[in-house]
Amino acid sequence: MASILVSGVHKSFGSTIALDGLDLEVATGEVHGYLGPNGAGKTTTIRTLLGLLRADRGTVRLLDGDPWRDAVALHRRLAYVPGDVNLWPNLTGGEAIDVFGSLRGGLDRTRRDELIERFDLDPTKKGRTYSKGNRQKVALIAALASDVELYLLDEPTAGLDPLMEVVFQDVIRQLRDDGKTVLLSSHILSQVEKLCDRVSIIRLGKVVETATLLDLRHLTRTTIEADTREVPLGLDRLTGVHDVTISGHRVRFSVDSDHLDEAVRHLSTLGLGSLVSQPPTLEELMLRHYGDELAGNGREKVGQDR
Amino acid sequence: MTTTTTRPTPPVRPAQRAGGPLTGFGALLRLIARRERIRVPVWILAIAGLQSAGAAAYPGLYPDEADRQAQALIIGSNPAMKAMTGPGHGLDDYTFGAMMTNEYLGIAVIFAALMSVFLVVRHTRAEEEEGRAELVRANVTGSEAALSAALVAAVIANVALGAAVAIGMAALGIETIDWPGSILFGAAFSAVGIVFAAIAAVTSQVTQFSRAASGMAGALIGVAYLLRAIGDVMENGLSWLSPIGWAQATAAYVDNNWWPILLSLVVAAALAALAFRLAARRDVGAGLRAERRGVAEGSALLGTPVGLAWRLQRATVMWWAIGMFVFGASYGSAIDVIEDYAGNEVVADLIENLGGATLTESYLAMIMGILAIAVSIFAVTSALRPRREETSGRAEAVLATGISRTEWYASHLVISIVGSAAILLATGLGLGLAATGTSAGSSILGQVIPAMLSYAPAVWVVVGVALVLVGWAPRATLVAWIVVVHAFLMRYLGALLDLPEWMMSLSPFRHIASLPAEDFRALPVLLLTVLAVALIAIGLAGFNRRDVEAT
Ligand SMILES: Nc1ncnc2c1ncn2[C@@H]1O[C@H](COP(=O)(O)OP(=O)(O)OP(=O)(O)O)[C@@H](O)[C@H]1O
Ligand SMILES: [Mg+2]
Repeated sequence: MASILVSGVHKSFGSTIALDGLDLEVATGEVHGYLGPNGAGKTTTIRTLLGLLRADRGTVRLLDGDPWRDAVALHRRLAYVPGDVNLWPNLTGGEAIDVFGSLRGGLDRTRRDELIERFDLDPTKKGRTYSKGNRQKVALIAALASDVELYLLDEPTAGLDPLMEVVFQDVIRQLRDDGKTVLLSSHILSQVEKLCDRVSIIRLGKVVETATLLDLRHLTRTTIEADTREVPLGLDRLTGVHDVTISGHRVRFSVDSDHLDEAVRHLSTLGLGSLVSQPPTLEELMLRHYGDELAGNGREKVGQDR
Repeated sequence: MTTTTTRPTPPVRPAQRAGGPLTGFGALLRLIARRERIRVPVWILAIAGLQSAGAAAYPGLYPDEADRQAQALIIGSNPAMKAMTGPGHGLDDYTFGAMMTNEYLGIAVIFAALMSVFLVVRHTRAEEEEGRAELVRANVTGSEAALSAALVAAVIANVALGAAVAIGMAALGIETIDWPGSILFGAAFSAVGIVFAAIAAVTSQVTQFSRAASGMAGALIGVAYLLRAIGDVMENGLSWLSPIGWAQATAAYVDNNWWPILLSLVVAAALAALAFRLAARRDVGAGLRAERRGVAEGSALLGTPVGLAWRLQRATVMWWAIGMFVFGASYGSAIDVIEDYAGNEVVADLIENLGGATLTESYLAMIMGILAIAVSIFAVTSALRPRREETSGRAEAVLATGISRTEWYASHLVISIVGSAAILLATGLGLGLAATGTSAGSSILGQVIPAMLSYAPAVWVVVGVALVLVGWAPRATLVAWIVVVHAFLMRYLGALLDLPEWMMSLSPFRHIASLPAEDFRALPVLLLTVLAVALIAIGLAGFNRRDVEAT
């Protein structure tokens, strides 16, 4: 069963096309990574899922409801952390957490206090005196302290320090173990690699790839570094092998996943001294997906961002 | 938005930071000029244009000397008119020039003050609040560059305004509106603008919020107007505490005194110096007071939509109630003097023209009409609050919880509706209590409270107009201010010029009976209430259909 089911959604702002036939499926109980370059449409997707924006075309289903029509009922079953957290300057962080909690229909007090402790937040400071990371913590605690089915997190840890990142990953794993669903938009690839069951990659308002990390890796190359007793010649004649560099008895190359077998067999005929294989990182996967156009940000827009 | 306006500056190494506190002043001034290239010229042309248009109407209204002299009698002998216009320079030979100084200057310079306040706050405190100042300060700019650039920009804008007014007046070629008088008349605009620019520079140091900074400076504009109104009616010298009073003391076209201009400039310089001293004592982005801590948990009330809206608007409502109470009380304490005016013959005639109302009643009616419009300033600010929550991105997080758009909209609406009624009540209490304390009698409190409250439907219509904009044209919400400015102008000019009735009747305030000078009329009160409800519902329908935007 899917907690989120988006199909063929279009959304434009004047002449800027933000979503261009977006399809997205998030299964119940999974942590789903949502990746894409700046301006790809991640925030727009999440705001549409919340019924804050109305899709121009296409269907959006969220927890078996229509987010535009059933907003209130659905919102009681989900929690949201915006990408840019703005707090009321004259309310303390603790007050803000409770405001969000009460308006959502109550939050778990012990969990709230525990999270405040774990995220090391001072809840007595006024909104305007918080640093960016601390504002982010307020929104995170308000969301994570509520017992809901679905969490929509838009770059929730932008601005958090590495220690807090560890706490965050811990809490998310716990949510997954409890069977909650999480949509996690993020630019922090190591975070996505550690937490997500599946990822969707969005570019120019379209999801171009949805897969498990394992499946994604199969689509790409593994990097191999080896020491051989004989001079490692002949590798570049094998199919699927690329970027061979040789220095003395040391060789480094990358190989398509489906030709890995032959390449390693060839190496062993040369007398293997040592072998290190590196699976492709998410960075490399991402670069393959939109690397060539990263420089220009890949978006042909009629109207520029203001 | 920011990337196009900040010009690239070379990176600084600490060793290069040898410049003085004014380093980068020129670059910042050019930046302000670029960002203001439309806004300030529009202000200048609008102010000078309105002034010229008003002046151009006079020869048609008062073709000969006898007409003008009759007008002089009405203005000079009626305390309500005096409170509204000015101290009465040149009444004994009431030329067109004298009319301009006496009837126009006091109101028109308020717009110069507003232009200056917004300009200075926009380029000082607002920049800091939004964090742009940090970017600028981290580049090669000295600690005093930003404040200096904003003040110099304000001086340039005001000199340009003065020149535009002077040219616009003298170019009309109306007799007695000559060049020397016009230049001084324009200089009076500049002087008031410059004083309030310096005041805004001070308030921008005192508070951390641009809205509070312009709010304080705006309240001081009100105080300046009030001081001269009371001072002019009671003839007790209070007008000398008011920058607007100084502008009127120039008596341009009558005596052509330049020294009040000088006085204004000296005061402005002193205020600017104060602003620089205050600025030197604080950090970028900070106010003068260190932030206090608060409670760690929200109350039960805060967790409800109305509780949250009240918490967010509470300070505004209370300050308005206190301020309007004081305003009302000041006008009320002048009641004693009003009846003294009744001694002379002209006034006796005048009273007959007023249709049976006593001088006190017509004074109260006129004052309350203006005070009620002042309350609509609160109404607009409050009605636009949901929009501010939206653009700041806070509404998004709230609307993602289990509160519907309608509930959220209604929660702020309640504060606007009840708040404006409460502020009207506070105004009436101030006016009535102060008047009761005088010898003029104790019946006044019972008269003014229902009178002030009878304006509530008109204020609610203003709320409704603002909310229609919030619902259907969220990027054009500033248009709501036109309703307020129009109401003020109609109230003021309507008494001086023969404006067409349709133009005046566009103001909701026009339809409410001027109690206690007129008899209460229930129908307009009812119809305006219905109109307000309809506008509010239309606004809600629009808001429920549209996207929630974050900037
Ligand atoms: N209210 C709006 N008005 C106009 N254009 C908008 C608006 N909101 C978003 N856009 C545009 O839609 C596109 C998608 O923006 P969105 O914020 O969804 O990107 P994103 O993937 O979240 O990017 P980032 O990683 O930078 O957060 C961008 O080109 C953006 O400029
Ligand atoms: Mg985003």
